[in-house]
Amino acid sequence: MSTFYFIAFLSIFFSILVISAKNPVHSILYLILTFFTFTIHYILLNAQFLAIVNFIVYMGAILVLFLYTLMLINLNKESEPVKPFMVKIAGVFGGGILAVAVASSLKLIGASNPVLLQNPDLGLVKNLGKVLFNEFLLPFEISSVLLLSAMVGAVLLATKEKEPKAA
Amino acid sequence: MESLTNTMHAVPLNHYILLSTIIFAIGVMGVLIRRNAIVIFMSVELMLNSVNLLLTAFSVYRGDATGQVFVFFIMALAAAEVAVGLAIIVMIYRNTNSIDINVLNRLKW
Repeated sequence: MSTFYFIAFLSIFFSILVISAKNPVHSILYLILTFFTFTIHYILLNAQFLAIVNFIVYMGAILVLFLYTLMLINLNKESEPVKPFMVKIAGVFGGGILAVAVASSLKLIGASNPVLLQNPDLGLVKNLGKVLFNEFLLPFEISSVLLLSAMVGAVLLATKEKEPKAA
Repeated sequence: MESLTNTMHAVPLNHYILLSTIIFAIGVMGVLIRRNAIVIFMSVELMLNSVNLLLTAFSVYRGDATGQVFVFFIMALAAAEVAVGLAIIVMIYRNTNSIDINVLNRLKW
């Protein structure tokens, strides 16, 4: 039980560091740590498939993509222009209001039941695969089209435009 | 693995909701206070992940695997989104030589 609270504290701590780090590279490294704590959360919930997918897809693929993009964009300019102080205060205030609103609405519900794992093999690959390929077969196929179109779109956007030919 | 999940038995669902709320709010703050487009993008990822965690917690709470399948779809969506978004950022950098979002205010015309 205390494991959850410790990991939750780490998640919040690292995610605060993500948005407060001056250097974007440090932000990405803190984001990797945050995602690692999320992986531990998934393991604690016995969602083993999601833990592995989170580890490979998020920490392995997406964040490497972020790092590559940062590498392509030169960051020699040391000082990122910062927003005015009042805007920052307003931003933090707005986010805090959001958190307080949801938290206080939780107060209305009162104490909740603990999260119990009724079915130990709920999050295992075998069980999830059965659900995925029986009930969600069509969305699964459509998501492949989505990934293909994203790939085509990314290539189209990132390729340098040729000089416009005389039309 | 069984012993690991047994340690979880006393965590109320409310605490998961609170954790996800806080991390989502941090993501919102990151979008609001930063000017670097990549950091803003990372804050969006943070929000997506907090929702993923909440969906998984609900799925375990209800004993229903559908929530975890949804998380899988969200991850596929996030991968596609990151690919296109980072391509857009690279293109913005190529055109304006910066990734400051305040340069983009002419988008409204």
